[in-house]
Amino acid sequence: MELIIALLIGTLTGCGVWLLLRPRTFQVIIGLSLLSYAVNLFIFVMGWVRGGRPPFVEPGAAVDFSRFADPLPQALVLTAIVISFATTALLLVVLLAARGLTGTDHVDGQEPGE
Amino acid sequence: MLLGRIAGSYDLDEVLRAGDAIRGHALYVPTLLLVLAGTLTKSAQFPFHFWLPHAMAAPTPVSAYLHSAAMVKLGVFLMARLWPVLAGTDAWMWTVGIAGLITLVLGAYLAIFQHDLKGLLAYSTVSHLGLITVLLGLNTPLGAVAAVFHILNHATFKASLFMAAGIIDHETGTRDIRRLNGLYRFMPITGTLAMVAAGAMAGVPLLNGFLSKEMFFAESLEVEGPVRALDRALPFIATLWGIFSVAYSVRFIHGVFFGPAPRGLPRVPHEPPRWMRFPIELLVLACLAVGILPALTIGPLLDVAVRALLGAATPQYSLEVWHGFTTPFLMSLVALAGGVVLYMILQKYLARGEERTPLLPAIDTRAIFDRVLLVVSWRWARWVERLFGTQRLQPQLRWLVLAALVAALWPVLHRGLEFGALPWSPVDPALAVVAALGAACALGAAWQAKFHRFAALALAGGAGLVVCLTFVRGAAPDLALTQLMVEIVTTVLLLLGLRWLPKRTPFAWTSEGARAARPRRLRDLALALSCGVGVAALAYAIMTRPLPETISSYFMANAWPLGGGSNVVNVIIVDFRGFDTLGEVSVLAVVGISVYSLLRRFRPARESLDTPPRPEPVQGAAEDLLVPAVIMRFMFPVIGLLAGYLLLRGHNLPGGGFVAGLALAIAVILQYMAGGTRWAEERLAIRPTRWMGAGLLLGGATGAGAWLFSHAFLTSHTAHVHLPVLGELHLPSAFLFDLGIFAVVVGATGLILIAIAHQSVRHPWN
Repeated sequence: MELIIALLIGTLTGCGVWLLLRPRTFQVIIGLSLLSYAVNLFIFVMGWVRGGRPPFVEPGAAVDFSRFADPLPQALVLTAIVISFATTALLLVVLLAARGLTGTDHVDGQEPGE
Repeated sequence: MLLGRIAGSYDLDEVLRAGDAIRGHALYVPTLLLVLAGTLTKSAQFPFHFWLPHAMAAPTPVSAYLHSAAMVKLGVFLMARLWPVLAGTDAWMWTVGIAGLITLVLGAYLAIFQHDLKGLLAYSTVSHLGLITVLLGLNTPLGAVAAVFHILNHATFKASLFMAAGIIDHETGTRDIRRLNGLYRFMPITGTLAMVAAGAMAGVPLLNGFLSKEMFFAESLEVEGPVRALDRALPFIATLWGIFSVAYSVRFIHGVFFGPAPRGLPRVPHEPPRWMRFPIELLVLACLAVGILPALTIGPLLDVAVRALLGAATPQYSLEVWHGFTTPFLMSLVALAGGVVLYMILQKYLARGEERTPLLPAIDTRAIFDRVLLVVSWRWARWVERLFGTQRLQPQLRWLVLAALVAALWPVLHRGLEFGALPWSPVDPALAVVAALGAACALGAAWQAKFHRFAALALAGGAGLVVCLTFVRGAAPDLALTQLMVEIVTTVLLLLGLRWLPKRTPFAWTSEGARAARPRRLRDLALALSCGVGVAALAYAIMTRPLPETISSYFMANAWPLGGGSNVVNVIIVDFRGFDTLGEVSVLAVVGISVYSLLRRFRPARESLDTPPRPEPVQGAAEDLLVPAVIMRFMFPVIGLLAGYLLLRGHNLPGGGFVAGLALAIAVILQYMAGGTRWAEERLAIRPTRWMGAGLLLGGATGAGAWLFSHAFLTSHTAHVHLPVLGELHLPSAFLFDLGIFAVVVGATGLILIAIAHQSVRHPWN
C-alpha cells in the first residue's frame, strides 16, 4: 500500500512540475494545484501510521499514542490546503489581469517570437 | 565593526585602550584598509583627491568656510582619533605616509596652476590635508602633535582665505585670477588681511602656519622609516612642498591685488561692508596671535587636544617662535625664497592663462572615476543581468525546480537513500483503485490542460477528490473535509476564470515547430520525471520506517487537559499553534483584498467581450436550470446550518472554522450560480471585507484577552457554563478564536469568488 501511495504522490508531482513549466497560464494554474496536492499528501504521509485511528482523544482516558494517526502533519496540511487555495486564487486573478492587459495567455505576456 | 569585534566594544575609550590588541590582530590590515578607504577619500588624499576641487567650484556662500575648514577635516580628524590604535605599524606608515606625501606635493603643484581663486585654494587645501596625513603617517608622537596643531592652523588661515575669495567674487563678479589685477587700490583692507592669511599659508615667520610647518620640517629630518632613501629624501620633498606653497600663495596675492588696474570686470570693486569683513579680521588676528605668542594663545587648547589624542605618551614639544638658526629654519628660508623665484619664473607662463598643468600627464582622475563608475554600475550590472537574468517565466521556474532537485539530491548522493525495514501493509483494494484513478486524472490533466481546459479542470478536480479520499483512509477526517470544500471552491473559481481566457483550438504541429520545441519539451519531461521519481522515493522511504518521537505525543496528551478539546488537530490549530493560524488567516485576508483590488482594475480582453456573454439576468438559461436553481436556493439555509454545525463541533469532532467558513462561502456562491450575479447581488448584501475585519479583530482580541488574566497571548481557557435548556456547556476561549477564523475564511473566500463573478456584469468601459 505504501508503494501505491508513494507512486500517487510521485505522479502528482511529475504532472505538476511538467505543467508548471508549460507556456500557457492555465496550464501553470492546474500544475500548481496538482503540485499542491502532491506536497500536501507528502507532508501528510510524514505521519503515516498503519491502521491508525483519527486523532481524537477521549476526555480523561489514558491514551496509547501509537494507535492514532499523527495529528501534527494533519494540522500543518489543513492550513496548507487553505493557503494553497488562496495562492491559486491570487495567481488566477493575476493571470486574468495580465491577460486583460497584454492580450495573450502566454506566461511572459507576449507570444513567443514577438 | 571589525574594530568593535577586536576590541570587544564599540565604545571609543575601550577601542583606544585596545590599541595593542588591534595592531596584533589578524584582521588589522583589513580594518586599516577599510578605515583608510573612508578617511583618505574624505580628506581628499591621492588617488581620491579630485573630488574636493570640483566640490568647491560652487559659488561662495559664507558657509564655505565650514566646508574648507571643518568638513574636509573630518577624514583627518578620524585618522588622528584612531591614531593611537592604528598607527605605529609599517602598514600604516606605508599607506598613510605615501598617500599623504603624494597628495602634499601634487596638491601644491596643481594649486600653482589654477586660475580660479577657489580652485587654487581647494588644491592648496588638498595639499595641506596631505601635510596633516603625512604628519600622522610618520608614526611619531611629535608628528601627531604637529598634525593636530596644523589642523587648527589650517582651519584659521584657510577659512579667512576662502572668505576673502568670497569677498573678491562678490565685489568683482569673477574669481578668475587672469582677469583680476591690482585690487589693492580698491580694497586695501581686504587685501592686507588676505596677505596675512596667505602668508600664514605660505609659512611666513610670526604667523601660525609657520609654526606647524617648522614642526613638519623638523620631523621630516628626524623620522626613521623602513626605507632609508625615503627618509633622506623627505626633507627635500618637504622643502619642495614649501617652495610650491609659497609660490601659489604669492600668486594668490600678487595676481589678485597687484599689477595694473583690472579691466572689464563685471562690477566696479570696492571694500565690502563692515560685517562681511569682520570674520576675516577675527581669523587673521588669530593667525597673528598664534604666530607671535603661540604658548599663550593656542597652547592650552593644543595641549587639551594632544593629550586627548596621545594620553600619557604626550611628548615634550615646544611652541617657541624662535628656535635659533636650525635646519628647519633654513628650510623655511629656502622655501620662501624658492617660492618667490618660482613664481617669478612662472609668471609669464601663467599670464598666458593655459588651462592645463605643465609637466603632468593629462591624467584626469575624475574621468577615470567616472569611467569606473560607469563600467561597474552599468556595464557589469548589465552583463550580469544578461548572463543570469531573464524576464521569461519558464526559464526562471526551470532553474527553480532544478535547484530544488539538486538540493534534494545532494544529501542522497552523499549518504544514499535507505528504505525503511517496515513490511508493507496489506493493499487496500479500494484505495489502490482510487489512487490509480487519481494518477490517471493527474496525467490526463497534464495532457489536456493546453487545449481542453474544461476537461483538464475536471480531471484535476478528480485528482483532488482522490487526495481527499486518501485523507479519509489515512485517518484524517478534518483534512478530508477541508480538501473537499477547497476542491469545490477552487473548481468554481477556475470555472469563473475560464471565461476570460482566449480561445485555443488544437492545431497540428508543423514538423518544423515540433522539431524546435522538442529539446525544450524533452528537458521539461526529464525534469518532471526526476522530480516525480524523487518525491515518490522519498515518500516511500519515510513511510517504511517507524515514526520518530515528535512533539505530537505532547499534543495528544495535552489536547484535553490544556486545550479542552478532543479533536487534537483542531486544538493544535486554534490553541497550540494559534499564533501561526492567526498569521495564516491574515494571509488569506490579504489575498482576498489583493484579488479584489486587482479585479477592480481588471479590464477583460477584447475578444472575450466580442463573444457576447449570456445576457443577465438569464431568462432562457434560468428556465433550463429551473429545478437545480430552486434546489440550490433552498440549499442556502441548509448549508448555512451545516457550516454552523461544523463550526460548533470543531473542537471535539471533525470540523472547525476553516471548513465551516468554506462551507458558508460555497452556500453564497451557489446563490450566484443559481440566480445569476445580478439576482444574487440584489438579494444578498454580503460585506466580505467586514467579515474579514471582524474575524481578524475577534481572533486578535481573543488572543489579547489572555493578557487580562496575565497569561501569554492566545492562552486558551475553558469556561463551563450552565444553561437552562441546553444543559452544561463547556466553552473554551479557543472557540471564539475559531469563530474569528471562520469569519475571515468566509470573508476572504467570498470576496474572491464574488469579485470574479461580478466581472460578468461589469461593462468593460466603466
